[in-house]
Amino acid sequence: MDPVKRVRGRALPLDRADVDTDQVIPSSYLKRIGRTGFADGLFAAWRRDASFVANDPRYAGASVLVAGANFGCGSSREHAAWALRDGGFTVIVAPSFADIFRSNALRTGLVPVRLDAALVTRIMRAVEQDPAVEIDVDVEAGRVRVPSLGIDERLDLDDFTRSCLVQGLDEIGLTLRHDADIAAYEARRPAWRPRIAPAGTGRG
Amino acid sequence: MSPTAPRTTLAQKVWERHVVRRAEGEPDLLYVDLHLVHEVTSPQAFDGLRMAHRKVRRPDLTLATMDHNVPTDAAKPDDVAQKQIEALVRNCQEFGVRLYPMGSPDQGIVHVIGPQLGFTQPGMVIVCGDSHTSTHGAFGSIAFGIGTSEVEHVLATQTIPQARPRTMAITVDGALPPEVSAKDVILGIIARIGVGGGQGTIVEYRGSTIRGLSMEGRMTVCNMSIEGGARAGMVAPDDVTFAYLEGRPFAPRGADWERALDDWRSLATDEEAPFDRALRVDARELRPYVTWGTNPGQAQTIDGAVPDPDSLTDGARREAARRALAYQALRPGVPIRDIAVDAVFIGSCTNARIEDLRAAAAVLAGRHVRSGLRALVVPGSGRVKEQAEREGLDRVFRDAGFEWRSAGCSMCLGMNPDVLRPGERCASTSNRNFEGRQGPGGRTHLVSPAVAAATAVKGTFALPSDLR
Repeated sequence: MDPVKRVRGRALPLDRADVDTDQVIPSSYLKRIGRTGFADGLFAAWRRDASFVANDPRYAGASVLVAGANFGCGSSREHAAWALRDGGFTVIVAPSFADIFRSNALRTGLVPVRLDAALVTRIMRAVEQDPAVEIDVDVEAGRVRVPSLGIDERLDLDDFTRSCLVQGLDEIGLTLRHDADIAAYEARRPAWRPRIAPAGTGRG
Repeated sequence: MSPTAPRTTLAQKVWERHVVRRAEGEPDLLYVDLHLVHEVTSPQAFDGLRMAHRKVRRPDLTLATMDHNVPTDAAKPDDVAQKQIEALVRNCQEFGVRLYPMGSPDQGIVHVIGPQLGFTQPGMVIVCGDSHTSTHGAFGSIAFGIGTSEVEHVLATQTIPQARPRTMAITVDGALPPEVSAKDVILGIIARIGVGGGQGTIVEYRGSTIRGLSMEGRMTVCNMSIEGGARAGMVAPDDVTFAYLEGRPFAPRGADWERALDDWRSLATDEEAPFDRALRVDARELRPYVTWGTNPGQAQTIDGAVPDPDSLTDGARREAARRALAYQALRPGVPIRDIAVDAVFIGSCTNARIEDLRAAAAVLAGRHVRSGLRALVVPGSGRVKEQAEREGLDRVFRDAGFEWRSAGCSMCLGMNPDVLRPGERCASTSNRNFEGRQGPGGRTHLVSPAVAAATAVKGTFALPSDLR
């Protein structure tokens, strides 16, 4: 994952709550076996409606998505995070995120920024009126700012999560440093827990 | 237990037993007892392993099947789906992972085959790159869906870093009214808490109603925990659980069975253990539900009518209801029973087990699907299909005018040939009524198997008792 230290950019206002990952990327776009090239699936069904906000040229090039509560609910497809990233987004601002989406976003280098619902609404209205409103997410310093609105809030991500983003850490590499702990756990696991014999050698 | 000993919940007990490493300010590193893999969310994970020259740490705790993409009739998968299926076969061979491919009698929906093989057992941590992994919580396991990067992490390390979730008790007490099924219990719960109501929590379903459900009913309830936004859902294991497991292919045997039972019996939540949140539901207030909107929380009892968005006080919910009615082409005030459907789908990881098929077949025996209506029944696994055929259920379905298919996710998610046409309206036993979920432009209403069957006969939403 590429490090994400600070993102400043214009925003796309998606004033809908409970946006599910089937809308972020419909299932017909999930059949690829690579990790990139999902931008064409981003909000594919909604984009067929010419009046959908993502079709508004004034918001072209936005790197921040501002959305309603419970963003990313439903399917665990990480393709939703990939599609947003491939579509040019690095930050999602919302009052809350579905658990699996949030965790997928962080592993994709997409920063989920949770703010109070009232603040999100203020930002949403401002961006709807003026697409030039800039949002500044300083992951390193742990701040979210909207200078034109005088907003300067703490970024709601713990230190560990922030440092993973800032350093672009390989989480698997991190865990493998604790190989001895894993092996010790395996040694004390109950022997009766189910196991599968290697493929082709029969069941059990 | 001494009065000062900490009282803990089922979820906390299972969690604590799986902590490999705990460090201040970091998520816990949890051990994974079973990792289920399917074709759609795994190819990028295996590629990642290859690029980093990593192996699958525990192929013996990893089980793969194909379910999302596979056609459930004689048709061949489309070219792109075929590539994904071939990738899974290749990856499983290369990394030594057991795979139940198309055509294998053990193939099926990943959340149906785990329990059926006896692989899903109490007190485990189970993950899969699929949000409905919560199904396995019915056995008293912590089971949750993960993304592809996490799939790669589990393949490489057999562990997963997780922040400790909060806990929520949902207690359902009382006898279920006639024609109210496990599906209605969970739809009723989601209607109460909303689709984000369980966010950040592991739910424990408790109370006499839950105890009274079969394992398959408990799986239906836990399956849709994610639809209420919960990380996972669980039911404490009991004699119903043990009776279900005993003798299954991967269940412990002999002395191991006794050891396992001792362990499993120690998993219940302590009396008066505190939960972060709690909800009580009186089972007598539950009725069969039908969703009218485009998320599983937008549900109404079958006796009700399509709600008027203007009656909703919350602005975001009002706006969502308006959009949902526009998408679903429904007007406020229309009685649910007056809504006509074009298709009926009985299947999915929510409702494609043998008891679901029996419930639907009991309604259909001696009856016929309304003419012009498309009706599909898709068993959850090859084994469920075999059993249903032994019981003659396939004949009941076929005679009634249903198509009898092979195992797979089928019309639940619109990524195989079984899809709704734009504008088609479907009564579905699946778990998601999101826009386009069953195919672009398709309109989904979630119901129980019995209601789906009665609706197929009547052509409009109906209870079995409406047919008499």
